[in-house]
Amino acid sequence: MNLRAIRAIVVKDLTVLRHAKAVLIPLIVVPLVLLLVLPALAAFAPALANVPGAGNLTDVLEGMPEVMQSRLAGFDQDQKVVVLLLTYMFAPLYLILPLMVASVIAADTFAGERERRTLEALLYTPTSDLELLLGKLLAGFLPALAVAWGGFVVYAIVANLAAWPTMGQVFFPTWMWLVLALWVAPAVAAVGLGATVIVSSKVSTFQEAYQIGAAVVLPIVLLVVGQAAGVVVLSTAFVAVLGAVFWVVAVVLLRYGARSFRRGELMARA
Amino acid sequence: MTPERVIATQGLTRRFGALTAVDELDLMVERGEVVGLLGHNGAGKTTTVRLLNGVLAPSAGSARVLGLDPTTDGVALRRRCGVSTETPSVDERLTGRQGLTFFAEVYGVAPARVAARVDELLVTFELSAAADQRVGTYSKGMRQRLTLARALLHEPELLCLDEPSAGLDPVAARAVDERIARLREAGTTVLLCTHNLAQAQALCDRVVVLERGRVVASGAPSALAADLGAGLAVRALLGVAEGHDVAALLTGTEGVEGVGVVTGDPLELRFEARDHASIAATVRALVRAGVEVFAVERQLPSLEDVYFALHRGERRRREPEDAVVGVPESAAAVGEAPESAAAVGEAPESAAAVVGAPESAAAGGEERA
Repeated sequence: MNLRAIRAIVVKDLTVLRHAKAVLIPLIVVPLVLLLVLPALAAFAPALANVPGAGNLTDVLEGMPEVMQSRLAGFDQDQKVVVLLLTYMFAPLYLILPLMVASVIAADTFAGERERRTLEALLYTPTSDLELLLGKLLAGFLPALAVAWGGFVVYAIVANLAAWPTMGQVFFPTWMWLVLALWVAPAVAAVGLGATVIVSSKVSTFQEAYQIGAAVVLPIVLLVVGQAAGVVVLSTAFVAVLGAVFWVVAVVLLRYGARSFRRGELMARA
Repeated sequence: MTPERVIATQGLTRRFGALTAVDELDLMVERGEVVGLLGHNGAGKTTTVRLLNGVLAPSAGSARVLGLDPTTDGVALRRRCGVSTETPSVDERLTGRQGLTFFAEVYGVAPARVAARVDELLVTFELSAAADQRVGTYSKGMRQRLTLARALLHEPELLCLDEPSAGLDPVAARAVDERIARLREAGTTVLLCTHNLAQAQALCDRVVVLERGRVVASGAPSALAADLGAGLAVRALLGVAEGHDVAALLTGTEGVEGVGVVTGDPLELRFEARDHASIAATVRALVRAGVEVFAVERQLPSLEDVYFALHRGERRRREPEDAVVGVPESAAAVGEAPESAAAVGEAPESAAAVVGAPESAAAGGEERA
C-alpha cells in the first residue's frame, strides 16, 4: 500500500477545498448554526415556555413517553426543557454535521474532479484503484471526524454555558452523547461517503452529486421527527445499536461504491 | 546488438460498444525512438496511450510496455511512464508549485528531492515566476508547459505526449517542439500523438498513421514520402532570355511530364521526371537551348502529402464497406476529416496512386523497425 501517495491525495484534496467557496460555505455555516446558535437559543427555551399562551414546550414535555418522563425526573420544569432540547432533541441534528461534511467533500473530490477535468492526470499516476479510492475517502472522512469531534467539544461548552443559569451544574456530555460522537458520528460520515461515491459515479458535476447524495439525510430527519413525536426515544443502547446499523449500511455502500471506482470505467467517462 | 523494445503490441483492440477505437494495433517502439502516432480526432491515438499505460483494459490483443503487461502491472508501469494529457488536466485551484509537488509525491520522487526537482522543472519550463500563482491564472501555453513538466517529474523512461501543442500559438508550440527535441537528444523514448504533421516530420524517427483505430502506414517520414512519389518531383531555378518558352522547350522530352513554370527572375520550373536520367537529360536540353541553370533540386512529398493521400485512399476503400455495413453515425463522424483539413490536404495525383496500397507502406515501416 502506497501510504505516501494516499497522504498526498488527502493533502491535495484538502488544499483544493480551501479555495472552493461552494464547498466551504456550507461547511462553515451549518456547524455554526448547529453548534453555537441552537444551543445558545436553548438557554431561552424555559423563558419561552413560561410565556402565557406559548406553553407548547410544556405540552411537549407532558406528551413525552413515560421512559422519557422518568429520565427527566429529578429536574425542575425549566431544567426539563433544557435537558430535553440539548440532550435529546438536538442529538440527531448533531449527526447532520459529519454526514454533511463527508458528503460535500466527497462530492467535490469525486464528481468535482471529473467536472474540472483533472481526473485523467490522476488516473495516469502509479497508484492502484484502491489507493486512489482510500485517498479520496480519507479526504472526506478525516475532516468529517474533525468537525464531529471538535463540534462535540464546542457543543458541550456552549450547552453548559448557555444552560448554566437554569441548570446550575455541568450536565453535559452524557454517556449517550459520547457514544453518539465516538461511535455513530464516524459511521454516519462513512454512510455519507459511500452514498456520494456511488452517486458521483453516475453524475458529472459536484452540484448533482451533492444534491442527490443529500438524500441520505432522510434517516436523520426521521429520527428528529420520531423523537419529537414521541415515537423514538434516544438512549445509550439505542444509539449504540443505531451506530452499528449505520456501520453496516456504510460498509455495504462503500463496497458497492468501490466497485464503481475502477480506473477503466473512470477513464472512459473522464 | 538487438535494440531494446519499449512498446510491443499485438492485435491490440479496444471497443466501446459498437465503436472500435483501436483495431488490431501492432506497434513496435524501440528505446530512444521518437515515434509519432498520427491521425484525425477519433483515430484512436488517445485510446492507444490509455491502453499502453494500463488505465484502459483492451478488448482483445496484448501489449508489453517496458517489459510489463499494462493490464496486470499497471502501477509498476506507470511509475516508469510519463503522460502529458491532451487536456492539461491541471487543478486550477492549486498553484503550479503545489500541483507539481503533489504529483512528485504520488510518482514517488525521493522525498528529499521533491522540492529541488519541482524547482528544476519550473525553471526548465519557464514557470518560476508564476510558480506560486494559482493555475487558474495561467495562459494555455503555461498550462501546457506545466503538463509537460508534470509528465517529466519522475524522469520517465517512456514519455507519451498527447497533442502537446494543441491550441498553442506558434511561439508556444515551437517552444514545446524544442523541449521534445531536447528529450530526443537525451535519449528518452517518446510516443507523440499529434495531428500536427510538420511537428511529426520534424521530431519523429518514425510515424504510425492511424485511421479509425487501424494502422494504415508506418515508417520514417522521409521513407513514407519517398514511397509516395511515383516519379521525381523536381524544381529548377533558371535564367531565361525574354521570349524564351521553357515549357514548350520541354514538351515531348522523354521521361518528363507535368511541366509548370512560375515566371519571375529567376524563373521557377517544376516538372516530374521518370528517373534521374530524365532529370539529367532535361538539364542538358535547357543548357543547349541557352538557358542558364542556377539550381536543380528534387522535391520530396511532405508528410502532409503522405498523410492526406493515405487518408483519402482509406476513405475510398471504406466507402463501399460503410454503405453496405452501415457504420454507426458516431463512428463515421470520428473518422471524418475536417473540411479545412481536407482542403489543405490535396495531394498530387501521382501520390494518390500510391495510396491504394497502405499495406505495403506499413510493411516498409516494419522492416525499418
